[in-house]
Amino acid sequence: MSAAGVTATRVVTRPRRRFRVALGAGVALIAAWTVVAVCWPVLAPFDPEAQDPLSRFLAPGGAHLLGTDQFGRDVLSRMLAGARPVLQVAPFATALGVLLGTAIGLVAGTLGGIIDEIVMRVLDAVAIFPAIIATVLFVALAGRSVTVMVLVIAGAFTPIVARSVRAATLVEREKAYVEAARLRGGSTIREILPNIGPTVLVEATSRFGDAIFAAATLSFLGLGQPPGSPDWGASVSDNRLWLTNAPWTVLAPALAIASLVIGIALTADSLRGRRERS
Amino acid sequence: MIAVDGLSVAYQGVEIVREVSFTVAPGRTYGLVGESGSGKTTLGRALGRTGGDITAGRISVDGTDVLALSPRELRAWRASSLAVVHQEAGAALDPTMRVGAQLAGALRVQGRPRGDVADLLEKVRLPGEAARRYPHQLSGGQRQRVVIAAALAGRPRLLVLDEPTTGLDATVEHEILDLIWALRADIGAAVVLISHDLALVGRLCDDVGVLYAGRLVEEGPAARVLSAPRHPYTKALIDSAPRIGADSVPAAIPGQPPAPGEAPPGCAFAPRCAAADDRCRTVPPGLADGARCHHPGARAVVPVPALPHRRQEVTPLIEVRNLTRAYGRTRVLDDVSLSIGRNEIVGLVGESGSGKTTLARAVAGLGRRGGGVITLDGAELPVEVGRRDPATRRRVSMVFQDSDASLNPSHTVRTILARALGGPERVEELAALAALEPHLLDVRPHRLSGGQKQRVAIARAFAGRPDLIVCDEPVSALDVSVQAGVLRTLADQQALTGVSYLFISHDLAVVCQLADRVAVMSGGRIVEEGPAERILREPRHPYTIGLLRAAGHEPSQRRRHVH
Repeated sequence: MSAAGVTATRVVTRPRRRFRVALGAGVALIAAWTVVAVCWPVLAPFDPEAQDPLSRFLAPGGAHLLGTDQFGRDVLSRMLAGARPVLQVAPFATALGVLLGTAIGLVAGTLGGIIDEIVMRVLDAVAIFPAIIATVLFVALAGRSVTVMVLVIAGAFTPIVARSVRAATLVEREKAYVEAARLRGGSTIREILPNIGPTVLVEATSRFGDAIFAAATLSFLGLGQPPGSPDWGASVSDNRLWLTNAPWTVLAPALAIASLVIGIALTADSLRGRRERS
Repeated sequence: MIAVDGLSVAYQGVEIVREVSFTVAPGRTYGLVGESGSGKTTLGRALGRTGGDITAGRISVDGTDVLALSPRELRAWRASSLAVVHQEAGAALDPTMRVGAQLAGALRVQGRPRGDVADLLEKVRLPGEAARRYPHQLSGGQRQRVVIAAALAGRPRLLVLDEPTTGLDATVEHEILDLIWALRADIGAAVVLISHDLALVGRLCDDVGVLYAGRLVEEGPAARVLSAPRHPYTKALIDSAPRIGADSVPAAIPGQPPAPGEAPPGCAFAPRCAAADDRCRTVPPGLADGARCHHPGARAVVPVPALPHRRQEVTPLIEVRNLTRAYGRTRVLDDVSLSIGRNEIVGLVGESGSGKTTLARAVAGLGRRGGGVITLDGAELPVEVGRRDPATRRRVSMVFQDSDASLNPSHTVRTILARALGGPERVEELAALAALEPHLLDVRPHRLSGGQKQRVAIARAFAGRPDLIVCDEPVSALDVSVQAGVLRTLADQQALTGVSYLFISHDLAVVCQLADRVAVMSGGRIVEEGPAERILREPRHPYTIGLLRAAGHEPSQRRRHVH
């Protein structure tokens, strides 16, 4: 067996195993949080909104596994309950943004010419507008609600998705199978669509991770859920004043956000890796 | 002296090359011939230990046991004794470095001064100012010369040329081969030339080895192998190459070579061989008398007599008048006029950049705007296919050069054909027309071989019962044995349906075999046009004569021994 041969085998087998582990871990994290979002009323040991002035800032351990916050609310219960608002917003915002972005990118890329030019410049204008200011404006007009968060995040994602779908479409459009469809007068979009599927999938998974962050950011800024209700972003924001004395009140929701985002990132990376290798 | 003994090479556990042995003396050239998938490139890379797992055998170059070298010794050996010229000359050069700097780098490894760059360039007949150019500023042929120059920087004991002229135009290919021929003595190395082109190998090499399914099936002096092949595969390979003025049509080898790693119990070629009997199917033949065959000298394929070139009165179908097209300031088509009759095959020959593809695309309705008119049955055709009405669109279809890109990778063959037909009813019929096996209908294109893909593309082109099919280099990317079968299908369907072809190729031999009339393009103009027979017999334009020469055909000679 030659030295060259040994290296070749190593290169081939190692990433494949790593991909599988990463994908498994990522999917498991997402699945776990989804279960929590649905079943937290059963899983949470306390009512996440129940205040108890006598047990404020209890350190982790004992009855309160992750301690309590400034109002004596159970941190663990609030962390579990906080999964719901995030997972109510992020998947729908992602789906809407990817759907719109794919449609726009596909049409602009396929048609090309002046339409492409106009559509892409309009999207540039949307993308350049500061998202936070847009959100404040929107919330001021429409009030705080899940729907508003979904719409705002989807609106921010649309130009990003449209851009990469358009790029993938431009590559496909030049291929002879699309020309063959043009020659017989068939729909070129219909020919291209299945071949940009991988790009859309990667976009969807990457944007999903961003959406979690975006949802948490909006609630951190007080633009998400009504005050008091359990929410990761809001919890980090509310408790950050006591970070030095009661770090667990901030760490728990922060780690929750991080673990979900990491789960999604692992999934997205392994899907992308799989696509690049095939 | 290079000696390869019982060499077997595997990729990811799949044995690609099996027990190959040959020797090449210094100053001699050994040609390794095989079709795609035969293992020739794997073998070439294994010689420099640059790829694959060597599972058995020995390689010795001037007494050095290459397989026993440590990584450090191997590096030193490669620097001092090995030179490789790869297929893609462009990819072998760094696009961000000037040619001179790259050659200087190659010289430095050899401990030679920078000043020798000019010598190297002169050796490969490039002007000295080429040193200041970047690779993209050179033509494909010039880039290949630079790579050869880099290979000559040292005093290699072993020079491996892996398809050094694939992708180059015929006349450029000729120049490069002349160069290699001229440098042979100067190099003094053992040269291994890997190619799919038997004729080319025959012209350039002293000895030839024919690879099939990873094994050498025939070996011997080039002149002997080409004139009196003993293995049926070699014979079929020679027969399947189109030759100008041959009196038989290239005969396709039926079936397909075994997939890599798949070995039939007996002779690997038996399933495709007409002479095969039970012994061939069960007992692997040994190498005897230069061939690995139980029935040396037998024929695997029966040759088909050539079709007479038809000369007929034609009613015009398509007329191209004074067509002009430009990319920026460059004129790609310069006042081109051409007519294609009903039931006529018009061949269009020219080198890359001559404008032939632009002309083809303009006729199909896929190009840019420009001057001139194209008429179909006297009615003017809109420039863009999108502006042609459905009935007109149906009448002109196209077969593309790159069958990989011309089939939607997401769809099965059945879907591709059904979409072209506008319904699933006639799919089987259409597939049969292009000699496409029915079981291939439900697979996706990436599972098909090059020839099968091109058959799907041909079937699709016939879907709308067109009057004209524009065939843009439909067989250029195919192995010769496959090429012959695809050409046969095209010819048969033409005879059956009376469709017209505008058949484009850079290969004059291919065009002349099929076409009734031939137009020769150069620099965006049609420089010569006439019946195929006449072009072959008495070409008038110097460019046509050059093309014929490059294809190994001397027009004057031909005139002497015909009638």
